[in-house]
Order: sequence, then structure tokens, then C-alpha cells
Amino acid sequence: MSELDPQEIRGDFPILERNINGKPLAFLDNAATSQKPKQVLEAIQDFYFRHNSNVLRSDNTLSFEASELYFSSRRKIASFIGAKEEEVVFTKGATDSLNALAVTLAGRYAKKGGRLITSILEHHSNLLPWRTMAKKNGGEIVVVRADRTWRIDIEKLEEELERGSELVTITHVSNVLGTINDVKEIARRAHKHGALVVLDSAQGVPHMPVDVGDMDVDFLAFSGHKMLGPTGIGVLFAKEKLLSSMEPWQMGGGMVKSVEPEGELLEDLPYRFEAGTPHVAGVVGLGAAVDYLKRLGMDSVRRHETDLVRHAFDVLHDDDIEIYGPREPDDVCGIVSFNVKGVHPHDVSSFLDQDGVMIRAGYHCAQPLVNSLGASAVARASFYVYNTPEEIDRLAASAGKAKGILS
Amino acid sequence: MSSGGLYRDKVLEHCREPKNYGVIEGADAISKGENKSCGDEVTIYLKVSGDRLTAVQFTSRSCAICRASASMLTELAKGKKVSEAEALDRTDVLNLFGGTIDPVRESCALLPLGAFKSALSELVKHHM
Repeated sequence: MSELDPQEIRGDFPILERNINGKPLAFLDNAATSQKPKQVLEAIQDFYFRHNSNVLRSDNTLSFEASELYFSSRRKIASFIGAKEEEVVFTKGATDSLNALAVTLAGRYAKKGGRLITSILEHHSNLLPWRTMAKKNGGEIVVVRADRTWRIDIEKLEEELERGSELVTITHVSNVLGTINDVKEIARRAHKHGALVVLDSAQGVPHMPVDVGDMDVDFLAFSGHKMLGPTGIGVLFAKEKLLSSMEPWQMGGGMVKSVEPEGELLEDLPYRFEAGTPHVAGVVGLGAAVDYLKRLGMDSVRRHETDLVRHAFDVLHDDDIEIYGPREPDDVCGIVSFNVKGVHPHDVSSFLDQDGVMIRAGYHCAQPLVNSLGASAVARASFYVYNTPEEIDRLAASAGKAKGILS
Repeated sequence: MSSGGLYRDKVLEHCREPKNYGVIEGADAISKGENKSCGDEVTIYLKVSGDRLTAVQFTSRSCAICRASASMLTELAKGKKVSEAEALDRTDVLNLFGGTIDPVRESCALLPLGAFKSALSELVKHHM
């Protein structure tokens, strides 16, 4: 038994009271985005109702209050991933974080002769920014394959590191298969060869305890909306010594101490990377989401999702259902991708929707990986803190019905 | 299954026993449509006599919605004058589903129409 009580948790999520097509909503599309608890929505509302002002600019009470909320949220979020406040830069989301990094680092790491190492498991947002920058700067992208457990093949990675590379950019958790890379070992090997490590943790931070110091990654990106927070807010973590040597990717207000005719003096970390009025309400909402997850405990979140994956493997045992990736629940992080034989995954998804069960079908923004599974598309169920085994039973029943009617 | 919703009885019937399914040997125009984002493929075959479509057929490797759409579209187009067929548009196709197609599935439902339109263009260019 997991320690989380999803029934109690569900009480915090007004949207889960909805009926869809006359059936209770079973939201199993959490890898796309999560739902938001009242605590997060109330924090955002309270900010706008009572404290809204610009931050770090004006000498007035509201601005002090808004700035304090902004600071305290950053402290919470930094502590949540084991980082220092100075190392946490707010962005629009993981995609924005990775693009900012690619633009900023490409001149050095993706220039002619430069080799960026990535993997087949990547979401497009950790492939396309780098590939585009490599093309522009004359560098090369090396895609390391997965091993038999659908994790990055570390021996292949080592071979590529030996051929020379200064930057490895990889995903923490596959957004299609849920497999969890051995980031600590990857970072150790990369550092041994003098390469930096960028980690796309969009599917990691929301679902398990993450400590940037323990993993020893140099950069890490994640989104607020996949971890109970609002859309439009995310984080780029960078080790302080790296961040302090980086050029801001955007210029504007709030990121300079002074502007003289001959140049400008940049603000301290991390503010020099946050040009313009920040998404204060988003930061406050993400801070509230972090409070909520910390109260549940990330170990408990991880155990709960592992139990749900185990249950999914148990009930999706039909010969007509093909599950992709490993079948050991401990090796999977809250995601089960599958196909129903003879039924297109888009039809599975639409059919389930009629039964109130929300999943996603398609490439999941990871076309190279899905193609390497030998599929043109897959159906994906993904779980979070409020999901129950009963919802997965409904998924299995509806998938069985889809098979009967559509194949 | 209820008679409402996306997989209403009419759609399932067209999916299970599609009308006008199969290659037309010696077709006057052929066009293949592909949806790269999901792997759906549909090919439309046209036969014309004078200014009238005497046969409109299709083959597909696709989801149920695309297949049903092709089946219903070929039914709708068969026997029409070419000029009438050219006037068929996305609204006509979406109406065949009774307004149940959500934006994500529109590309499935509209793939046959795209192939049909290309085949018509080919027909007009080479045979009319």
C-alpha cells in the first residue's frame, strides 16, 4: 500500500469532480500536464486579489509584498531540487529553459568540430533546439541509442565521450516509456571526460525526489505545469560557477544595475537572466505547488505512482494489448505506453474519452523514439498523485471494449 | 455502444464495412494522402465519364475516423458532376460526423478530402 490517500487528495482538485460524457473524469494524461489543487489556485488568486505589483522595482508596500512572495517562492523551489537560490532562473517552462541554454551555449559547444551528445529517448524540446543550433554553428549532434531496458546505453555514451564532446544533453525520464536514466552515472562519466551535463527533468522533478547536487548535473530544466503548478512558468537550474560565466539570452529591464553610454553593469545572479517583468503569479503558484508536493513527500509520490504502474501492468495483461518498455514497475516513472492490436491509438484515445478516461495518443513529441519502437504512434496513460487503481481498471475495461468494437 | 458520440453507429458501420473500398483498375486519377504525424494513409481513385464521376473508390491504412470519412466521402461524391465535387469542402466532411470531430481528430477526418481534391485537380488537368 502506498502512503498517499488519493481519495483525500482528490478533494483538493475541483476539476476531478467533473463528469465527462456522463462518466466521472479519469485524468490519465499527466505527462502532458497535471491538474491544479485549490491550494495553488488560491495562492494565485490571493496574489492578484491582495498583493499584485511589479517586483524589485518600486518603493511601495505592494511591491515589497509581491517581491517577498517572489523571493520566498524561489527559496522553496530551489530547496525542492537541492539548489541555491542564485542557481534558479525562472523561464516559461522546460522548453524555454532548453532553448535558452542551446542559444547561449551553442557558440562554444556546437561550433565546427564540436560534438553534442544526446539520446534517442529525447522529447523534441531537448533535440530540436540543439540540432538547430548545431546546424547554424557547424557542430555535430550525436544520438546515443537506448539499451535493452530502454535507458540510455551508458557504454555507447562512453564510446562517444571518448571520441570527444564537451556537452551531454539528455532526458531524466522518457516521456513515452517512463524509463529513468542513470543520471548520476552518466554525469560521472561525462565529467570524467570533461563534458558538461544538461538534464531535461520535465518528467523527473514532478514525480520523484530530485537533488541536483547528488546527481551532479550542471544544468536542469523543468516545467511548473506538470507538477501541479500553473502553465507558463518553469525553471532553469545552472551551477553557480557556470551561470556566472554565461551571457544573458535576453536583455531588458530588471536585469541591469546600471546602463552607461559605453555599456551596462549586469544584475546579480539569477536576476540578470530574468529580463522584463517576471511571471510573478506563476512563480507564486509554483511555490504553492512545491509546498503541496513537499507535504505529500516525493518518496511517497514516487511509491504511489509505482503502485499505479504495477496495477496497470496487472490489468492490461490482455494478449491484444502491447505494452512498450520495461515491465518492471520500479523501472518506470508513472507512464505506460501501449497499443491495442488492430485499433489505431488515436481511436483508442478517442474511444476512452467517450468513457471519461483521458489519455494521449501520437508521437508524444518524441518521434525518433516512437519510430524506434516500430510503431507509427502509441497510446499513453500517465499517472499522478490523485489517480486511483479504479481509474486504471476503467482504462483497461474501455480499451477492451474499443478492441471489440473497432478492430 | 450508443448511437451518439464520435463512434456513432453510422461511423462504425462505415469503418467495419466501408463503401467503395478497393483499387479502380485504369482509374482516370489517383491521389494518395498521408498524415505523417500518425501514419495514416489513404488513396483515392476516380473514374470519369463526360463531366460526371462514375466511380470514386479508396484504399486506406488508417484509423477508424479516416476510414469512415473516406467511405462517407466517396458515397457523397460518386455520381456528382466534377464541378459539384470540386465544391465539396471541410464543412461537408465534418457534417458527415454530425459535429463530433474535435480539433485533434480533424486531421484524421479531413485526410481523404485532401486526397480527393488532389485527385480532382489531376483529373481536370489531364482529362477535361
